[in-house]
Amino acid sequence: MTLRKVFTAGLLGTALLASTAQAEVRDIRIGVDVPYEPMEYRTAEGELTGFDIDLGNAMCAEIGIQCEWVVQAWDGIIPGLAARKYDAIMSSMTINDERREHVLFSEPYFTPPSAWFAPTDLDMETPDTASLEGLTIGVQRGTLQDNYVTDLYGDVADVKRYGTADDLVLDMDADRVDIGFLDYPVGKSTLLDSDSGEYKVVGEQITEPKEYFGDGFGIAFRQRDQDLADAFNQALAALKENGTYDEIFNRYFGEE
Amino acid sequence: MEWLTTLQAALTDHTVLSADNLARYGEGLVTTVQLVFASLVIGLFLAVPLAIGRSSKRRWISLPIYAYTYVFRGTPLLVQLYLIYYGLPSIDALRDWQYWEYIDRAHVWALVAFTLNTAAYTTEIFRGAIKNTPRGEIEAAKAYGMGYWLRMRRIVLPSAFRRALPAYGNEVIFMLHASAVASIVTIMDLTGAARFIVARTYSAFEPYLWVACIYLCLTFAILYLFRYLEKRLLAHLRPAGE
Amino acid sequence: MTDLMQYGPRLFEGAMLTIAVALLSLLLSLLLGLLTASAKMSRNRLIHGIATLYTTIIRGVPDLVMMFLLFFGAQIGLNMITDLLYELYGWDLYIEINSFVAGVVTIGLIFGAYMGETFRGAFLAVDRGQIEAGRAYGMNHGQVFRRIRFPQMMRHALPGLSNNWMVLLKTTALVSVIGLTDMVRVAEEASKQTDQPFLFLGIVALVYLAIASVSEWGFSRLQERYDTGFVGGED
Repeated sequence: MTLRKVFTAGLLGTALLASTAQAEVRDIRIGVDVPYEPMEYRTAEGELTGFDIDLGNAMCAEIGIQCEWVVQAWDGIIPGLAARKYDAIMSSMTINDERREHVLFSEPYFTPPSAWFAPTDLDMETPDTASLEGLTIGVQRGTLQDNYVTDLYGDVADVKRYGTADDLVLDMDADRVDIGFLDYPVGKSTLLDSDSGEYKVVGEQITEPKEYFGDGFGIAFRQRDQDLADAFNQALAALKENGTYDEIFNRYFGEE
Repeated sequence: MEWLTTLQAALTDHTVLSADNLARYGEGLVTTVQLVFASLVIGLFLAVPLAIGRSSKRRWISLPIYAYTYVFRGTPLLVQLYLIYYGLPSIDALRDWQYWEYIDRAHVWALVAFTLNTAAYTTEIFRGAIKNTPRGEIEAAKAYGMGYWLRMRRIVLPSAFRRALPAYGNEVIFMLHASAVASIVTIMDLTGAARFIVARTYSAFEPYLWVACIYLCLTFAILYLFRYLEKRLLAHLRPAGE
Repeated sequence: MTDLMQYGPRLFEGAMLTIAVALLSLLLSLLLGLLTASAKMSRNRLIHGIATLYTTIIRGVPDLVMMFLLFFGAQIGLNMITDLLYELYGWDLYIEINSFVAGVVTIGLIFGAYMGETFRGAFLAVDRGQIEAGRAYGMNHGQVFRRIRFPQMMRHALPGLSNNWMVLLKTTALVSVIGLTDMVRVAEEASKQTDQPFLFLGIVALVYLAIASVSEWGFSRLQERYDTGFVGGED
């Protein structure tokens, strides 16, 4: 990209958009936080990829609209939607009541559990208040895992909060974190299947209580955009019907 | 006038200023002040000998110091912090060191990065002040038969410190503001507390607004402290009758 | 080396973005600086007060916090205004502040305050007698500014300008935290994925040093130019 292109790209970003007051669904922008492998991340060339990205693009194609992905750090992702920096969030966001107060969710499109991940030499059967006491727990800031750990173990353990899941993995590799609490597919992809260190899952996969772990991943919209949510729900149903969903699912979670 | 009520609601949103969150701001304030104060004090102690060396006519002393200040003043503190925090653990020899796990703390590395950074700036501030010592003072000291170190101790440094005071005050404020990047390596400083509250309450604006007010107050406190010091220590430089 | 080849093009793009952000925000800060300097020298107390408030707040708040504040705050504020317009006149507008614009505007705003101080000092440093002499020669305001005020002002302003530019350049690193893929962000991602932080962050540090060195050289040439005809006193 030349300097001039960067300039024009930036200036176009301030374009004055005058929308028509029609009911039909228009082209939208979708907020996403990267890297969160395998859900959403960048290739070495800088292309966005991952389960959410492929599924989101397929849904947009199904609806017949253009979708543009906007990268936004996780801790500001719901405020960014409210501030209209984008029109939807598709970024492994778990549907729960707390978030429902702020956004409108689509039907869940994926329901993974959370899990504790630790180096294989950590001696622990089940993570609880007694066994976690005095340890350093790593989470991504503002995730439901952060809320869960902060509320349950914030007083007995040292909770370290990271901007991205990658930062957390890096510090686990550097032995700065004793145990991490992550979405299971992400921990599996970045810790269990990576060649950087030896990791294991500690205890059971966790899906309860619903107050924290909610009802699976959903696409978030502003409360008033019910039309948009309906369009995406229909598209999801259609993709599940015609096999596209399974194809994308197998691309990222093939062996499960 | 709906927007006005929205604004009012946003500013008095009780979830942002709950007791828990106030406590977090409080802890953040303590962390920020501790980090900044510690790095400034250590940086100051490093800067004095470095500034003397940097003013030396022997190039094998002054050149390496110049290289150090050039690199640390020429690159962003964020990059320095990343290099130290993420770079050091990639050196195997360091990680095998028996004391590694005791010093491998985010606070330690932030302190190291901040100290090296502020020491570089302070060195150049002092060097400027040393260079600007009036020739007459040095000649007078020489005429009294003072040697290099005695001259440095009794004449050059005391007046250089005073001349450096305004510039050093700016550096202190600069360091306070620069310390906000500590939040990026998991430290719950003031900015870290604000980011946590943003993530928890989903309000993107107010937590930063409150934290901006706290920084503003800290800045004013530093400003007045240095104004007071200048008044005390630079009294002899003010025009008579003022 | 293969890692470097792989991430090379993205690093280059990132460097271009860093330079674009730096230059555009420099431009903005120069404009704001001139405005602030004039406002601060104005006899109108309101204008003076606004300028003072602006510089005080900017210089009291960390750039990182300022960036977060404006990134969301400015958008929310704009939305309120456009909502109001819709309510009152039925104009349906939407103005988007993307992270590039937010970065440029924030850095421009921050350094506008510093530039303002630099310009004000430089303006005041020009001897009034010379301006009166220019007027006595029959020069109009524009001519006095172009021939007398501006060249001498530049001589006094250049050290400050150069200093502000160096700090501004380093501040651009912070745009990586509001989602812009500048070279710091690319290097950060690359060093995580390849486990070579020293290589990628080291390159970024070198690029910053190179830009700083080139600018330093450029400013010293400019200083020579504006120092022409000035005879140094004994100091």
